[in-house]
Amino acid sequence: MDTSFHQAREEGRGGLGIEFHKIEKRYGARFALRGVSLQIAPGECVALLGANGSGKSTLLKIAALLVRPTSGGVTFPDVGDIGADGAPSAIAPSAGGQETFAIKARIGLLAHQTLLYDELSAEENLVLFAKLYGLDRPLQRAAGALEPAGLARRAKDLVRTFSRGMRQRLAIARATLADPALLLLDEPAAGLDPAGQQWLGKTLGHLQDRGCTMLMSTHGTSEAHAVVTRAVRLAGGQIAEDSGPAGDPRPILAAALAAGHEG
Amino acid sequence: MAPLSQTRDQTAARVSADEAGAASAPVVVTIRRSTLLRPAVALLAKELRTEFRTRELLATTLVFVLMVLVLFSFTFDPTAAETRRFAPGLLWLALLFAGSLMLHPSFTREQANDTLAALRLAPIEPVAILAAKIAANLCFLLLAELMLLPIFAALYNLSLLPVIGRLVVVLFLGTLGLATIGTVFSAVSAQARMRELLLPLLLLPLMAPALIASAEATVGLFDDSAALSPVWTTFLAAFDVMFLTVTWLFGEYLLEE
Repeated sequence: MDTSFHQAREEGRGGLGIEFHKIEKRYGARFALRGVSLQIAPGECVALLGANGSGKSTLLKIAALLVRPTSGGVTFPDVGDIGADGAPSAIAPSAGGQETFAIKARIGLLAHQTLLYDELSAEENLVLFAKLYGLDRPLQRAAGALEPAGLARRAKDLVRTFSRGMRQRLAIARATLADPALLLLDEPAAGLDPAGQQWLGKTLGHLQDRGCTMLMSTHGTSEAHAVVTRAVRLAGGQIAEDSGPAGDPRPILAAALAAGHEG
Repeated sequence: MAPLSQTRDQTAARVSADEAGAASAPVVVTIRRSTLLRPAVALLAKELRTEFRTRELLATTLVFVLMVLVLFSFTFDPTAAETRRFAPGLLWLALLFAGSLMLHPSFTREQANDTLAALRLAPIEPVAILAAKIAANLCFLLLAELMLLPIFAALYNLSLLPVIGRLVVVLFLGTLGLATIGTVFSAVSAQARMRELLLPLLLLPLMAPALIASAEATVGLFDDSAALSPVWTTFLAAFDVMFLTVTWLFGEYLLEE
């Protein structure tokens, strides 16, 4: 299926490209996305900017296969035969199948909510997800993720006793636990203190060095911006600006900040 | 963070499957085990750990069923022969109402931090999520029933010991149906606006045949013959198999947003 991709992963350059083809998403009569087409190459780090309700989170959920678009489709050109013919192919969000599992196994999602169980400890949460992703030695993986997140001392504590910032750190540790090839981040810096933001920037930089593709919705200035290689601004569910793969993302980032879109 | 080469055995298994060419049987078995059985076991452990930590569902069920049984025991004369006739029906009715309360949080609890999204994103069979929840709810209901049975027997002057083995069979079959349908409709109703009302509305009509069969089979145990009715137990088993099969076939669609 993807032997070359697997080899690339082994060599630490295993990003997963993603292509959106004329994505439309409607909730009742309201359009969340209107014909969004975007090709993101492996290793790119794309910042999604835009005002509240511009469609950033919906696009991330569609990329994570959690929401089915009303029309259009998503392809992952680097994996298997999905989209290999170039035709847009929507993947059923909850469907099984080896190709879908192969894609899901490579996607990490940091959502607006933490996706963590409050009644489990930090360690239990990570061990559970390590098992669901079929990782070897789940306990060691969890310990290895908690240490850099600064949560090793609170590993046995229930998540419901954590502060907002600690939950966000744990959520980031969960999202990156399985070394994703495509990392989807919805406002990753939310709730993080300066030290947490530094750690976030370092973590994302580390993933970028390995070739991980990233798509992040972002608000406000953040250490996370250091890894951005491309900026896309959404407005009214459509792409309003795109710096392109080879363009400079800074003008769009700066303009979005100045216009108050980020904050 | 561990090197990439140490990650996810199942992806590696899939790659090996493709490298091998045809989907050979052992590889398919490996994939199914890693995407269905192992995740289901991990999720079941999570459900049990969470419940035994909070005891929310068990406590609710125990208190509700106990209240119903105690209240009705004051209404009827426990020494009358007629009591043996309707007591099993009361027990099952109380369990059904308690089940509709207890099963409701199965999926609404996953909404607190949108953890269901994390489960749907994981590379596992969606039916593993349902299987774990059905198994967990079955455990909770059976545990509650086992704790309530002695009280039920005392309140209604019934002798459990001579029929305990057969009674456990009936309880298991009836409760399996309740746990299966209740869990499935908990998934359906969790995404609805009137979710608190929807589960009982969906659950009660569908459970009616199983409720009748369970009550009749239990009544048979406490009459003079004390026999396990083959008709009702077969009906219950068929009911369970039918709904488990439907869940297996169509369960993944229940979890879509």
